[in-house]
Amino acid sequence: MSGWESFIEFVTNPATWSGPGSFWIRIFEHVWVSVAATIIGFVLVFPVALWLGHIRRGSRAATVVVNIGRAVPSFGILAIAVLAFVELGISILSPWPILVALIALAAPPIFTNTIVGIQSVPPAMIEAARGMGLRETEVLRQIELPLALPLILEGTRIAFVQVIATATLGAIAAWGGLGRYIIDGFAQRDSGQLVFGALVVGALAILAELLFSRIQKAVTPQGLKLAG
Amino acid sequence: MTIHAQAGALIDWSWIEQNAGQIWDRTIEHLTLTGISVALGLVISVGLAIVALRWRWSFSPITWTTGFLYTIPSLALFAFLVPLVGLNEVNAVIALTSYTLLILVRNIVAGIDGVPAAVLEAADGMGYTRRARFWRMEVPLALPAIVAGVRIASVTTVGLVTITAILGLGGYGFFILRGLNTLFFTQMIVGVVLSVILATLLDFAFILAERTLSPWARSSQ
Repeated sequence: MSGWESFIEFVTNPATWSGPGSFWIRIFEHVWVSVAATIIGFVLVFPVALWLGHIRRGSRAATVVVNIGRAVPSFGILAIAVLAFVELGISILSPWPILVALIALAAPPIFTNTIVGIQSVPPAMIEAARGMGLRETEVLRQIELPLALPLILEGTRIAFVQVIATATLGAIAAWGGLGRYIIDGFAQRDSGQLVFGALVVGALAILAELLFSRIQKAVTPQGLKLAG
Repeated sequence: MTIHAQAGALIDWSWIEQNAGQIWDRTIEHLTLTGISVALGLVISVGLAIVALRWRWSFSPITWTTGFLYTIPSLALFAFLVPLVGLNEVNAVIALTSYTLLILVRNIVAGIDGVPAAVLEAADGMGYTRRARFWRMEVPLALPAIVAGVRIASVTTVGLVTITAILGLGGYGFFILRGLNTLFFTQMIVGVVLSVILATLLDFAFILAERTLSPWARSSQ
């Protein structure tokens, strides 16, 4: 049977679209764990990064974090999380390992971009704000935060798209999500399922990227759009 | 409450000793997949960058296409290529190469664009042809930006190679996948740690190479 035929067969199979392992459940698992990981990652590192940026510290930390984030393979982070949870006696069928791994992946770009964003606000502007009598919290809220917004959003977008992509690997560690189709496709030598998985995962990643770019444009003040 | 094993038992050192040969083979595999993919990516990217620099309007579609490839999750790209090329090195290299293009093309173009106009004028004045000016003036001066791109591409590729374990390859990723499936901590951590070390070593190797290749930049730093 050719790949194309088995693909059609997989798509037209009612079991793909209903029941406990249906497409809708898979995509729901994939999306909720990705959104949750990005939000939790953001909540964990954003305040620290904001503060470090404000006191003009941590530019080295920002560089180190981004380098480590790049050098440690996402697959490795996932594997470490899974084995750590097994060690703690928590089932690998639970979403916890993948959630923790994805939070660890989401954090570095948000951390780095927030620090860099705040620090790239021209010192003269901050001096001027202080000179006008703004308090430190006001400087942060009214000057630094709005000016850093494009870079902070960019970091969050990078994090979210990367998380969506890596959530696919959760299937290797027995978690569901859309990666199931790819892992099961490999295991069962089912090229129809494999191609279906590749297409839906690819489409979801592209969609996440486009959607986030749209949000990014919508919430960035007109005068602050990033060039290019 | 479980009582954890004594220190030292977390890592089973005897496993590492017994499997030194296999670890070496996977090192070679990891380096080969990374090397071929980044080299191929660089050749393609230089070509694309030349096109983008020569015909400016093509820059945007080139970034769009390479950005599209970059966004596709690696597991999905490996899976998609299976019916087309099969479960093998070709599959891995095509996917890995496609991930290097965005970073490399962007850095090459930015590097060449950053060459001061005065330098170009001087080259023209000295009678350089367009081609000679490109290879002998613009490329060497853009070297720091290009090397920066190659460094990011290499480090990223080292990480992505681990995922090719799903294709039966993987380099160190083989140990991560095996460790994960058998819940054997030592094997998994060996895969992760060696992958990080390899990425770091490659990064340093490129920094050294850049210093050697662009001696004129040393004094200015």
